[in-house]
Amino acid sequence: MLSIKNLSAAINGKEILKGVNLEVKAGEVHAIMGPNGTGKSTLAYVIAGRQGYEVTGGEILFNGRNLAELSTEERACEGIFLGFQYPVEIPGVSITNFLRTAINEQRKYRGLDPIPAKEFLKSMEEKKKMLELQDKLANRSVNEGFSGGEKKKNEIFQMAMLEPKLSILDETDSGLDIDALRIVATGVNKLRRQDNATIVITHYQRLLEYIVPDVVHVLFDGHIVKSGGKELALKLEEKGYEWIKGQM
Amino acid sequence: MENIQIETDLKSSLESLYTERNISLFGSDSSYVAGLRKKAFDKFRKLGFPHARLEKWRGTDLSKTLATEFEFAMNAPAAEIDIESIFRCEVPHFETFLVAQLNGWYVFKHNPLTTLSNGIIVGSLAVAFKKYPELISRHYGKFSENAGEGLTALNTAFAQDGIFIYVPDNVTVPDTIQMVNIVDSDRNLMLQTRNLVILGNNSHLRLVQCDDSINHKITFINSVSEIYIGRDSTLDHYKLQNKDENSTLINTIYFHQESGSTLSSNSISLNGGIIRNSSVVELSGENSTANIYGVYLMDKDQHVDSQVFIDHQVPRCQSSELFKGILDDHASGVFNGHVIVRRDAQQTNASQTNKNILLTDKATIDTRPFLEIYADDVKCSHGATVGQLDNDAMFYIRSRGISESNARILLMYAFAAEVVNKIEIPELRQRIDDMVKKRLRGELSYCDQCVLHCSSEEKKVSFKIDLSKI
Repeated sequence: MLSIKNLSAAINGKEILKGVNLEVKAGEVHAIMGPNGTGKSTLAYVIAGRQGYEVTGGEILFNGRNLAELSTEERACEGIFLGFQYPVEIPGVSITNFLRTAINEQRKYRGLDPIPAKEFLKSMEEKKKMLELQDKLANRSVNEGFSGGEKKKNEIFQMAMLEPKLSILDETDSGLDIDALRIVATGVNKLRRQDNATIVITHYQRLLEYIVPDVVHVLFDGHIVKSGGKELALKLEEKGYEWIKGQM
Repeated sequence: MENIQIETDLKSSLESLYTERNISLFGSDSSYVAGLRKKAFDKFRKLGFPHARLEKWRGTDLSKTLATEFEFAMNAPAAEIDIESIFRCEVPHFETFLVAQLNGWYVFKHNPLTTLSNGIIVGSLAVAFKKYPELISRHYGKFSENAGEGLTALNTAFAQDGIFIYVPDNVTVPDTIQMVNIVDSDRNLMLQTRNLVILGNNSHLRLVQCDDSINHKITFINSVSEIYIGRDSTLDHYKLQNKDENSTLINTIYFHQESGSTLSSNSISLNGGIIRNSSVVELSGENSTANIYGVYLMDKDQHVDSQVFIDHQVPRCQSSELFKGILDDHASGVFNGHVIVRRDAQQTNASQTNKNILLTDKATIDTRPFLEIYADDVKCSHGATVGQLDNDAMFYIRSRGISESNARILLMYAFAAEVVNKIEIPELRQRIDDMVKKRLRGELSYCDQCVLHCSSEEKKVSFKIDLSKI
């Protein structure tokens, strides 16, 4: 599904990613771990197509399409979703309207008619229940005045509504208490299917007790320095990132 | 109607008009009105038109307007006019009591001054001058004449007609009163429209003021309103402005508030050549509240000027100002929020906020929140921001699949919504919400009739990003 080949990327001329290789297949969950400032969020932004993140080498293929040719919104319409580490507040726009707009633009891209109101409402109800969201949340403005936990739940709620092929969750666990973490993880697990994939970016092993990854990667100084099974996360937790440095 | 041609210098033309036609135009004034008129004329002669060297006029240049040749509609239209033939309000389910002015003159079908149930009086100010001299001498010219404003003096010197509203004590006016000011002329026109609203004690009124033009001649409207809000009364006031680009609209309102009263005033400026909204608020009774809001969306060479002056004269009053604007192309804006807290006005709570988005580097805003505090036990805050659309928010919205152009509109809409959401009348809020969306999509031009009714057939607002409620 996702194939990253020797990807280098820079912000304001400063190189952050220095030759990343990553293969993600449909049905898989990958975890990317690593200390602060090693390029984890940069990788997420480059895949999503954020302006100011310049690809200086290599390529990203998504279901065979070169992402360099696509704008941020086209990537989303192709099925890439980014769960933000710091979701943005949009006062004055309700979650309901925001999501309906996004769904309809994505449907238009795929040559489909707008979603019928009934179908949309039904989907909202189901997903709200799944994520144990309060009823009134959907009528509130996007992320406005939300607690940290509510913002992250709202990211997963949007992911559930948009049904992407590839979800990249950037530090979704940061700032969550254990209950919120459990709800977020349950949501991600329930949305897992044979035809979609998830990349979980995280600092700590904690989240991976709930979302069990197929592959764990360690990103360090702009490179993926180690990949392995879920046991790699445990080992990292036990030995710390210093251990990785020693391995290099 | 009879029009008087003026030559080049607007001021000297007005002076000779006043002197030469005084008897025929103003001969039937009561001695009270005549006295005010005389004093105001002398003041105008001294002050003249405002210019850029005056502190409060620094950002708004009237020189182009003042160099125009204007006529004045000094005589009332001859025949009765069926208001419905020139104006129809098409806000769905918006029941209003409609009063209209055509070229500054009150338009009526049957009765120029109606007394409704509960003793509410609505109609022509010219008629009220004669019929209710006691109310006039108690309220007319009381709050406006100290302002030291040349244009207000000019208005008082020449004002002949406008809207008069009187609400007695303990009355809640059931319908929203909608004041529509229509300009229709095949000549360039300068108007001195004048309104007087008196709200007794413990009464409630909702007032919507619309400014429209019908043809596209150059107009210069110098409108002055005086609004008295009695003890424990509430006024909800809205101004909708959607004018053509040949118009200069100076809208000055003097609010006077007694104790326990609440004022909420919201101006929505969507189009216009030069628009200046000036709100002067006298908080003269304790525990009164004034909320002055505004939203402006201007482009091309349009200019909008929001002036607020709130005078906290007594203790324990609250005031807040919230103005938000989006300026595109070469549009320019001014915000001047002046709050004065007098020495005795302890426990005042005042805030001022002005936020702007400039979409191009040619658009400008001159924003000056200003607090002048002479009391020591007060809570006051002010803030102003000028910025572009937030890049983080743009990326967030686009990452959900929403196109760049729609993401921009969504963000601009979200920015304006904070002010629009303060509109208390649901039907009006919904309609203005739609107009703001249309405006942001570049689909709203000034309307040929009411600001609430577009000349083109009313289409359902088709919005690619459908923000309508489910």
